[in-house]
Amino acid sequence: MSQQLSDFIEMKVPAKPEYVGVVRLTVSGVANRVGYTYDDIEDIKIAVAEACTNVVNHAYDGEESEAFMTVGCGVYSDRIEMMVADRGNSFDIEALKKDLGPIDAQEPIGDMKEGGLGLFLIDTLMDRVEICGESGVIIMMTKFLQRGEVEQSDDGISAKTKQ
Amino acid sequence: MNLELQVQERENESTVFLQGEVDVYTASTLKESLLPLTEKQDEKVVVDLSEVDYIDSTGLGIFIGALKSTDKHGSSLKLVGLNDRVSRLFDITGLNEVMDIEEGKREEA
Repeated sequence: MSQQLSDFIEMKVPAKPEYVGVVRLTVSGVANRVGYTYDDIEDIKIAVAEACTNVVNHAYDGEESEAFMTVGCGVYSDRIEMMVADRGNSFDIEALKKDLGPIDAQEPIGDMKEGGLGLFLIDTLMDRVEICGESGVIIMMTKFLQRGEVEQSDDGISAKTKQ
Repeated sequence: MNLELQVQERENESTVFLQGEVDVYTASTLKESLLPLTEKQDEKVVVDLSEVDYIDSTGLGIFIGALKSTDKHGSSLKLVGLNDRVSRLFDITGLNEVMDIEEGKREEA
């Protein structure tokens, strides 16, 4: 479990909607290099995009136009740790947690929330999620590499095992 | 990283064809086209997602908003052509229970 960090990738991008896709593509490239399956790569992409979306939405609430988000990507032999940090104007974690959960089919349509699914998805798609918020908020998300099922290969080709 | 959108309108029925990715950047395009359609009474709104390869909670939120609007205005919403990935997100979030969804053809197993 305490395998050594082999690589760390960090990027700092403007906290603007158009950069969420850029982050997603980069993360997808890193996860692909490490040898994740197609489905796992998609899960990681969504989780990181959700974390970035939170930052972007919050950055746009404020008056600060120079907001940035920092995305870190720690590559270990058995897992990948994705960090999304929002410096300064942090979003309200408690408010996010309160809305955490899937759609309740029993609930009247008019009461359904249009937001709040983001953190729920992160929690569902990743293996371990930690949130810390002192100066700004950092979401740390871990996805383990399914060894044994899929051989990590240097040629970038991995067998699809799910379904 | 873009979303192409085409709307085909017929008598009481409109189909929105989407192509690309629905995320925080492109969601407003979708919202601006989709919501007004759902505000017409008895309108059957169909969204074709067969060319959508990425969607996240922002996109799902737009569909929730549209569903609410159909409820309010007496129109209907149906999603068609979802690929496995997109359909999985609707399953995980429980949206498949509240939305009219017709899954796409699965050509490859």
